[in-house]
Amino acid sequence: MNSDRIVGALALKRSRWGWGETAFWLVAAASILLFSDRYLILTEMAWLGLFALSLDLILGYAGIVSLGHAAFFGVGAYAAGLLAVHGIVREPALALVAAGLAAMALGFVTSFLVIRGAELSQLMVTLGIALLLRELANRFSDITGGFDGLQGIVIDPVLGLFAFDLYGRTGFIYCLVVLFVLFLVARMIVHSPFGLSLRAIRNNPLRAAAIGIPVNRRLVAIYAISAFYAGVAGALFTQTTALASLDVFSFERSADLLLVLVIGGAGYLYGGLVGAVIFRLLQDVFSSWTPQFWQFWIGLVLVLIVLVGRERMYRGILWLPRQLGARLGKAKPAPSPGGGGA
Amino acid sequence: MTTLFTILFDGVAYGMLLFVLACGLAVTLGLMNFVNLAHGAFAMAGGYVCAVLVNRSGVPFFAALPAAFLASAAIGLVAERLLYRHLYRRSPLDQVLFTIGLVFMAVTVADYLMGSSQTFIHIPDSLQGQINVFGVGVGRYRLMIIVICGLLTLALQLILMKTRFGSRLRAAVDDPRAAGGLGINVPYVFALTFAFGSGLAGLGGALGAEILGLDPYFPLKFMIYFLIVVTVGGASTITGPFLAALLLGIADVAGKYYVPKLGAFVIYTVMIVILIWKPHGLFGRTAAR
Repeated sequence: MNSDRIVGALALKRSRWGWGETAFWLVAAASILLFSDRYLILTEMAWLGLFALSLDLILGYAGIVSLGHAAFFGVGAYAAGLLAVHGIVREPALALVAAGLAAMALGFVTSFLVIRGAELSQLMVTLGIALLLRELANRFSDITGGFDGLQGIVIDPVLGLFAFDLYGRTGFIYCLVVLFVLFLVARMIVHSPFGLSLRAIRNNPLRAAAIGIPVNRRLVAIYAISAFYAGVAGALFTQTTALASLDVFSFERSADLLLVLVIGGAGYLYGGLVGAVIFRLLQDVFSSWTPQFWQFWIGLVLVLIVLVGRERMYRGILWLPRQLGARLGKAKPAPSPGGGGA
Repeated sequence: MTTLFTILFDGVAYGMLLFVLACGLAVTLGLMNFVNLAHGAFAMAGGYVCAVLVNRSGVPFFAALPAAFLASAAIGLVAERLLYRHLYRRSPLDQVLFTIGLVFMAVTVADYLMGSSQTFIHIPDSLQGQINVFGVGVGRYRLMIIVICGLLTLALQLILMKTRFGSRLRAAVDDPRAAGGLGINVPYVFALTFAFGSGLAGLGGALGAEILGLDPYFPLKFMIYFLIVVTVGGASTITGPFLAALLLGIADVAGKYYVPKLGAFVIYTVMIVILIWKPHGLFGRTAAR
């Protein structure tokens, strides 16, 4: 049919690289040279961005809400830590993949529990799973180190060539490269027919099933992929900080992650990355105001965002870029987050 | 045999306390379909009000309890009118984000005002120690909790089933539009119910400071317990959450006594299983909205 071809052409057009995207990654690469004294915070932004990207895959594209995404982050973190401590996989990049796969296995198993319910029971089940894992990690403290965390994590040079240095330069470049590679994969996934079918499910699961999309199987698949991403983010955290403690499973981590994605906007992949940068900067500003009580301001931001309304906030922020885009004529306006495409 | 009885007794006291803490949430989450993760913040407020009154102003403990109820109810009423009512129609995700924000703010405000360490409430001497019942030592404080919470539960059941307000509330929850059409002031009913539930949480926080502990992280620590009571109990009746709270209390105390290493593991597992098996709760109707 003709409409088929139009839809296909549109999808292809949307999947092409815009100048904005290229600029974003050029700036990210330039930050290696520009902010050479801020590597630690940049590294945090990188893995937080990857973590938020993983939530975006299920929340923004498949409409699955999660209040316990830290579960996968934590599994990835502990997997990477244990692999390093016991010297099972010494090479960080390989360990990264292994940690991601461990989280993915958990994601696959738990996905069957999560996709069953409506939004409310999804929230409760995901929250319960994260708490359960935290309890488990606490219970098996002879393996995980309990409240003190894993001791003696030493990370070998990446690919045997690039040792982690004191300034965190290697760590940041490593995180950025991983982020970029995984971002490319995510970009391919969401623009593939598979990704388009996910959007159909998000918009209307009943209709999606009626046109022959295997709804449950698709949801399980994207949930497992998202868990892989979260696991890799957790492994990056452990490898760059040499830390893995019970804190990786904490509820606050999942809650902060939601805030990151809400700040950046879900459903266009860059939301998590932009959100991570803004969130980390906000956190920095807040803790310089009131070192002990920065969480108060984070809470206030959340409350305000919801009261103003997410949609209204994005519209307000994107007003200027859109006007500019319209003026420039051919240049495309920024893609709309949250709304779910055209 | 004696230990078994003691565990049962402590478990019942703990469960009753959880019920009083969580029954406000049963109404907001179960009946009004509002995901209020900040429910524990109201309980914490009641606990701190009681602590300040008793420890710093020397108000008798039993006079401070109603004050804790009133303070939390007032906070609940203001919060409902100013903030919550705008969010009844929003998606669960928005409600979750909003109430998490409130929790973060409540935690830091409590930390700022009261310090991050545990706060203890001086309980009167008449409530300390144990009394002997048929050769079994029974804590006086826990006995008092059982009496107070038992009476409260009965009163709640009567209010909900026998009074005009109770039938209005049930009508408003069943179908807000039809109830409004019959001349019931639905927002008013909801606001009053929300305030009452918050007040009960505050009372529970004040009563429970001795058993559960009271520190700024109270809302986060016990959030999951409240949610379990409501989700496992279902929300169509008062008895569902009540039984669930008793079960949870006994299971938690027994678990901590017999298998202390497992911790809260059993409880979370049970919650997930029940959520999967019966999404509307063990005692809930299947035809809930």
